[in-house]
Amino acid sequence: MGPYTVLAAETGEVLDPFIVGVIVFILAAFIGFEVITKVPPTLHTPLMSGSNAISGITIVGALIATGVENDTLASVLAFLAVVAATINVVGGFLVTDRMLEMFRKPRRDVEAGR
Amino acid sequence: MSPEIRALLYVLAAAAFIIGLKRLSGPRTARSGNLAAATGMLLAVVVTLVDFEVSWAVVGAGIAVGAAIGAALAIRVQMTAMPQLVAAFNGFGGLASALVAGSEFVRAGGIDLPGETITTIVLSVAIGALTFTGSFIAFAKLQGLMTGSPITYGGQQIVNGLIAAALIGFGIWTAIGQDALPFWIGGAIALVFGVLVVIPIGGADMPVVIALLNSFSGLAAAATGFVISNSALIIGGALVGASGLILTKLMCDAMNRPITNVLFGAFGAADGGGGASSAAGGDVRTTSPDDLAIALAYADQVMVVPGYGLAVAQAQHALRELMSALERRGVKVAYGIHPVAGRMPGHMNVLLAEADVPYEQLLDLDDANSLLPRTDVVLVIGANDVVNPSARDDPSSVIAGMPILEVDHARTCVVIKRSLSPGFAGIDNPLFYKDRTRMLFADAKKAVTDLEAALSEV
Repeated sequence: MGPYTVLAAETGEVLDPFIVGVIVFILAAFIGFEVITKVPPTLHTPLMSGSNAISGITIVGALIATGVENDTLASVLAFLAVVAATINVVGGFLVTDRMLEMFRKPRRDVEAGR
Repeated sequence: MSPEIRALLYVLAAAAFIIGLKRLSGPRTARSGNLAAATGMLLAVVVTLVDFEVSWAVVGAGIAVGAAIGAALAIRVQMTAMPQLVAAFNGFGGLASALVAGSEFVRAGGIDLPGETITTIVLSVAIGALTFTGSFIAFAKLQGLMTGSPITYGGQQIVNGLIAAALIGFGIWTAIGQDALPFWIGGAIALVFGVLVVIPIGGADMPVVIALLNSFSGLAAAATGFVISNSALIIGGALVGASGLILTKLMCDAMNRPITNVLFGAFGAADGGGGASSAAGGDVRTTSPDDLAIALAYADQVMVVPGYGLAVAQAQHALRELMSALERRGVKVAYGIHPVAGRMPGHMNVLLAEADVPYEQLLDLDDANSLLPRTDVVLVIGANDVVNPSARDDPSSVIAGMPILEVDHARTCVVIKRSLSPGFAGIDNPLFYKDRTRMLFADAKKAVTDLEAALSEV
């Protein structure tokens, strides 16, 4: 039984994991639209780099793919996938943090209004 | 751990992504949001490493290399180079998704895969591969490694159409035939397609392209999520897909051009109005740093409308110092920022934030336009098309309907510019000839520095 296998209690019917995935995808897309339309234009660049880092979640697939045995080609592909995904994740979150750190409140020397 | 626990932990990671994006709704909470998303990512990685039979040698080497490259890029990048960095990261994301799906295909070699699995593998490889090469063309254009102008040739759209059809054809062949040959050919076509689709798009349209490729990198991750039945990938990918699409639409709206025009219009190609310089005619009135400094010092409200020319001249820091000097005199200052002011969505805001401009002073299009009628002096620095009243007044203009910053509503408008040359759209700007407009012909940085010096004498 896969992680998405949903049992309908009364009938014992099993929903196809693929269909469950489609349901999850559609609902997540709606959440994405709702949440992201509330991000102000000021933060659109960090939004892009941050969401870009999130798309690096494909690293999970890359890590799993390294477990393949006895296939050199698959192992090479998996290695390259881990490298590319890690660049995406580490670089993306770091650069987003660097940018967000710069968005700060008015400085005191100005507020003092000499 | 049991598959149920594992599935829940992956959903928890995905929930952290949603919380992270939600906290991006304001500058105060944004940094912790990014940290939340990163923590979700770490959780997903740890769960995977604990629960799957991974090859520790491959994982260790891959993460070490990837983390070193990613961190080096992130720490060293200049804020002006952010668009190309994001383009490159998009490319790596797309590549990773395509490689994961590709290795799934190789692993399953010869075994009959279920229809939906092979379909999502094909989708993941196709989207991921074209995101990879398309992103690197965008990178090369923005970095100046290749020409930023559109590269066009006769029958280009037919060629691209045929290649798209071939890509779909090989995809269907792979899915039905379960064959390796069409799979690899299809993958190669997707790589070529990514290049061909992006080369005819001009450098200044790259914000749209990067946003769209951002969306694609998410969709590739989601497709990979279907391949390996993982909810964290499906949810994370869907979020990014939605985010990229929203930004793509915002950028297109900000230029009042449909996405098809941006992608296939080769806007800014060399054929457009080269000699339209003084069609609107009339005289311009100039001003000097000394006169302008007096006007600024006695103003109640000043607004700056920055364009990318400001960043090119590296004048952000000098500008912020000038504005701070005005604030110390009790002048209220604000920055009106058009969505396409930079080279990617929100780029100008980051460039100003880097120069210590407080984010409360960064106004979006609507807020800036409602403040402009109450603004005494507006300084237009390095911007042109986004303040061109033709967009509003002249239905026959090529930029008609594009939302603009209505700087002609301010009491005085000062345009700091080296000459009367047209902007990206290649058209004349009637703003320069209006009664309440003053031109200050100078390099942005020199003008701002001179202004600050003049201000200290007032």
